[in-house]
Amino acid sequence: MNQLLQQIVNGISLGSIYALIALGYTMIYGVLRFINFAHGDVFMIGAFVGFYAAPHIMSATGGSTIIVCLIVMILAMLVCSALGVSIEKVAYRPLRSRPKLTVLITAIGMSLFLEFGGQLVFGPDPKLFPSLIPSTTVISTSNLVIGTNSIVVIVTAILLMLLLRFIVFNTKLGTAMRAVSFNHRAASLMGINIDTVISFTFVLGSSLAAAAAILYASVYPSINPLMGIFPGLKAFIAAVLGGIGNLTGAALGGLIIGVLETFVTGYISPTFRDAISFSVLILILIGKPSGLLGRNETEKV
Amino acid sequence: MKRHLSKILLLIGLILCAVVSLLQGYIGAYYFQIIIYIGINIILASSLNLINGFAGQFSLGHAGFMAIGAYTSSIITASLHLQPGSPISHLIFIGALLSGGLMASFFGLLVGIPSLRLKGDYLAITTLGFGEIIRVIIQNMDFLGAARGFSGVPKLANFFWVYAVVAILIFFLHNLIKSTYGKGFLAVRDDEIAAEATGVSATRLKVVAFVTGAFFAGIAGGLYAHFVTYINPSQFGFLRSFEIVVMVVVGGMGSIPGVILSAILLTILPEALRAIAQYRMVIYALLLIIIMLVRPQGLFGAGINIKRYFKKSTEPV
Repeated sequence: MNQLLQQIVNGISLGSIYALIALGYTMIYGVLRFINFAHGDVFMIGAFVGFYAAPHIMSATGGSTIIVCLIVMILAMLVCSALGVSIEKVAYRPLRSRPKLTVLITAIGMSLFLEFGGQLVFGPDPKLFPSLIPSTTVISTSNLVIGTNSIVVIVTAILLMLLLRFIVFNTKLGTAMRAVSFNHRAASLMGINIDTVISFTFVLGSSLAAAAAILYASVYPSINPLMGIFPGLKAFIAAVLGGIGNLTGAALGGLIIGVLETFVTGYISPTFRDAISFSVLILILIGKPSGLLGRNETEKV
Repeated sequence: MKRHLSKILLLIGLILCAVVSLLQGYIGAYYFQIIIYIGINIILASSLNLINGFAGQFSLGHAGFMAIGAYTSSIITASLHLQPGSPISHLIFIGALLSGGLMASFFGLLVGIPSLRLKGDYLAITTLGFGEIIRVIIQNMDFLGAARGFSGVPKLANFFWVYAVVAILIFFLHNLIKSTYGKGFLAVRDDEIAAEATGVSATRLKVVAFVTGAFFAGIAGGLYAHFVTYINPSQFGFLRSFEIVVMVVVGGMGSIPGVILSAILLTILPEALRAIAQYRMVIYALLLIIIMLVRPQGLFGAGINIKRYFKKSTEPV
């Protein structure tokens, strides 16, 4: 019982990072109807941008403050947006009218390319991410310790999600995005430029992944070129759990997966950490493939 | 005569395996090892080709089935303390391989049944997840050596056994494709709804494909374990599955000779080009992307009705 509260706090902190990545999966799935396997690797690139940029920005502004963290995060978001958009342009756009299997294989190829290209460029050894968020304890009782880390992660994630919600539901591009995800052809007949909308979706998704990467690396500072694989897969599972294509669902799914994972690590065994989310995936796909908040889609013949 | 052609070819193949295996003392250990790996990779890629290429079910968990076969057969032979070389050891080895294959196909059934409801992307992720679950479970089982690995597997796999399995598998696939099952696979792959409408049970065929593919992957795992004599869970991670997928995609999904050729090529290439060994995975990744962009039927795949498979998507968007 003593541990329970602590586990929940840790779980929510991890879960909000998963939620940010999951939002990218879910949005891209919404407009393109395919899983961007490379999304987890865009996340990894975000962490490396932070790793290389942080020392420069620190020396330029002097000291590790919240401003450095903010600048690093925005920089990572910009780089990853550019990366996401170019991945879509180079690899996915030429295949848009082809069968899904072709795009799926290309996405897997892109993911492997970023992982092992990253290994060549950054080196395969783990690197220590600079501590951007000063780690002091904010709340400390006999059975609960909350550091600045968890608070910054949770608050940033909530702010980003609110911002995303605003963009998707209150702006013109957001409306266009929802229209495209509802019906490609009808949207383009209404004068919406599909290519712009898809690029914009990649900008949104990739920058959320980059922000998630900076937060993740601040909590788990050891980064390496393969670090995106598991957070990526788990975030995908979170998106499926919440109902793919559904923004609230992705956030909810991320939190559930995060909390579940911390519980398994804390109460059962850390080695089962990675297996639990896959078991959740298999269970949800057997039980309710449309996810918790998803709606059922009928197949057209 | 023509009816029995494939059987005769199988017989010739098996005899050839036996003859060549007599010569294995004359081949350098390094080359011999590569030849064995080629054989094992042919089995893996061809069995995945059955699931991915023929039945059209994209699976990313083949290394998981391989792991099950490897561990099952290793437990059997290692616990019996066999002396390699005695005739009885060969018999037991066959038994162990078959049990490894059966165990793997049992798990194939377990994955196959729930994943029938899934398609494309979902199936890929689920099978990938399944492979990871297998790996994690093995890592946590102390009697399997957990993460330390399982050593002391008798070295029973040799040229003959590996290539006999290759010959049997090719014979099997060749005949399967011409059978009603094979036609059913292709029908399900090309258009599942139409296949169902004409009375083909897509569900049953997908399970058959999974179970059979897993069986041979399990046997390949057993052969691998009894060749390297030491296995550990990290040898069967999802990168292994990806490698097998690359072989199938490069060779051409649904093409038996294409996949065999690409399995040979992709096993030799990294060895021949040691200098670029560190670029291997990057090259694999680029191969996947470029082949999908330029030649989705694979490098060698021009055989069966592959063009229809890659026809333009006509479903309403």
